[in-house]
Amino acid sequence: MKRYNVQIILAVALAILAYLAQEEIIGKYALSVLMFMGINVILSTSLNLVNGYMGEFSCGHAGFMAVGAYVSSVLGVMLFAKDKVFGPALLDPSLSIWVFPLIVIIGGIAAALAGLLVAIPSFKTRGDYLAIITIAANYIVISVVENIDTIGGARGFMGMKSVVKAMGKTIDMPWMPIWVFIFTILSVWIIRRFISSTFGKGVPAINQDEIAAEIMSVNTNKMKMVAFMLSSGLAGVAGALFAYILGYVNPGSFTILKSTEVLVMVYLGGMGSLSGSVLSAILFTLLLEALRPLQIIKWVVVPFLLILLMQFRPEGIMGNRELPDFFPRLKRFYAFKD
Amino acid sequence: MKRSLVKSTLLAAAFSMAAVPALSADVIKIGFNIPMTGDIPKVGESSKLSAEMLKEDINGAGGLEVGGKKYMLEFIYEDNEAKAESAVTTALKLIEKDEVLAMIGPNSSKQAVPAGQVADDNETVMISPWSTNPDTTLDRPWVFRAAFLDPFQGPVAVDFAAKRFSAKTAAVLYDLSNDYSKGLAEIFKADFEGKFGEGSVKAFESHGTKDQDFSAQLTTIINAKPDFIFLPDNYNQVALIVKQANQLGWSGPIMGADAWGSSELMELCGDLCKGYYFSTHYAAKGAKGATKEFIDRYTAKYGEVPDDVAALTWDATRIVLKGIQQAGELTGKLSKDREAIRDGLSSITKFDGITGSMSFDEQGDPVKCAVVVKITDEGEFEFTESVCP
Repeated sequence: MKRYNVQIILAVALAILAYLAQEEIIGKYALSVLMFMGINVILSTSLNLVNGYMGEFSCGHAGFMAVGAYVSSVLGVMLFAKDKVFGPALLDPSLSIWVFPLIVIIGGIAAALAGLLVAIPSFKTRGDYLAIITIAANYIVISVVENIDTIGGARGFMGMKSVVKAMGKTIDMPWMPIWVFIFTILSVWIIRRFISSTFGKGVPAINQDEIAAEIMSVNTNKMKMVAFMLSSGLAGVAGALFAYILGYVNPGSFTILKSTEVLVMVYLGGMGSLSGSVLSAILFTLLLEALRPLQIIKWVVVPFLLILLMQFRPEGIMGNRELPDFFPRLKRFYAFKD
Repeated sequence: MKRSLVKSTLLAAAFSMAAVPALSADVIKIGFNIPMTGDIPKVGESSKLSAEMLKEDINGAGGLEVGGKKYMLEFIYEDNEAKAESAVTTALKLIEKDEVLAMIGPNSSKQAVPAGQVADDNETVMISPWSTNPDTTLDRPWVFRAAFLDPFQGPVAVDFAAKRFSAKTAAVLYDLSNDYSKGLAEIFKADFEGKFGEGSVKAFESHGTKDQDFSAQLTTIINAKPDFIFLPDNYNQVALIVKQANQLGWSGPIMGADAWGSSELMELCGDLCKGYYFSTHYAAKGAKGATKEFIDRYTAKYGEVPDDVAALTWDATRIVLKGIQQAGELTGKLSKDREAIRDGLSSITKFDGITGSMSFDEQGDPVKCAVVVKITDEGEFEFTESVCP
């Protein structure tokens, strides 16, 4: 029984969330905060894979998010909505229920390919150079989007709301919260499985000592490529969900500022700690919402809290440990195969 | 002992956060979804100052009269951090948790388009003072705006230049990653070439938002020898571009659009900008009547001349208040009152604002005049001409 505890808890949580959203017991405001929380969890855990576990420094996460957002938006609108540029819907809108998760995954795959393009030249170098290359990649993505007029250029692209509405019309359920929940859990699960697999152990090995890892038969180049693609692919998934929640994408939403926000979440949670990244993404989102009444002072308080944290706990909330390391009794309640 | 202390403090904190300010039946709540931090904090600040002044006016006079009953106004200012996702959560918070009757803002189109979607889905009136993207109000019966659209400012510039500079040829320099600048440049080009024939726009050059050096583009432009340069750019870039054009030997006229209209333009640009023209929402110098009264009071109160955001927020808020008055009476039932306000707003046939008198078309966009102002030798923006659709 113990082996399925976590799965059961998650399934129950999903059911409760769907019920609460359907009956409008939790309002749309709370729901939107929860959804952005999920997206932040995906973003911070996926960046942690590169910046934390692998010890590289990538700061163009928002660029990959933009790729995922735009690819899935254009695809979704082309297939299921009427648009001035792409003409009438290619498929019956009621099919959107089945195709939507595929669209999100395709957004992720496109972002992973973009990640590969960046990874090939950049992993010949180390450290600071990767930071510069990823910043450049972020700018390139934004400039490309700005210069393609068919997808709205700097004006942005919209029409995704009609896809979401079409899903709701076919079967009346709160689809967006459900999918955000599922993809959040899925991406945390994938990263966990990857890191704890025999193959994936090469990632922390590179972090410890690249030469030693190479000698111990880790194909470091391939390892880096796979980790980077996984990380950017999940960022693409987050971007796709982001686009469908907002119903509107604009290159201005994916600038270096967004990348920095994700970096803050990673270092707040602790490098190389998955549960730390999840916790910090949740905390960060909640904190920004809870401190709203402070208005402008908020941007004094939040950075001040960060400084305090870095002063007294420079390794982040969790350091490089996981939740059960702090609360060993948690282990009694679940078990994984690894 | 210590534990219980911690517990009780936490509990107290939780309660104080959950506590809702006591509701009074005679209060009208209006939400402001404005950027007080982020890229353009000045925009949010101007909006807030302007709204505060209006609130003091009305509450000082005993409140707003709706259907024979006086209501006090309560304005709720929420910071949207100049981010799209934050504008959406802010809009939802105002609509759902604060239960506002109507929402003013967001100002920039990047946020106004998604927030407009939220307002329309949740059937709450939203009016953006400053957004110029057509998508903000397109097919959204609950969303309005107070500023004219970009397509209108292009022809204004063309007509004015043809008359004032006797221009037959033009050159354009615009910001590629700024949708406002790019849209305006394209409309200007289409209209100018429509009037003076293909090729009359001799140079059509672009730059990036953070560029500092424009000599390559300006050299091309100056070598093309146009009659004037159209420069639909933000004021901070205008200062740099004008300076460099001057160094490269340009002495002809330059014309701009409403993004020039910041009090900081003269500080950055100095003497070089004097004598140039731009089209905008209203002119501070040479204003008459209610506009002059507004400018004088704002200047006296806050020590700075109100920019166009302040003026447009003033108008947008007054439009909403007029819509509420037109609604007849308030029942206290949120969804019913919101609908009455929307009907009230769309039934406004003519509104005399400080940025000119306007009416709304079926999309919720205003039909109003633009003014062209000249930068005088004292560095003030002087009314030159009014151009109406």
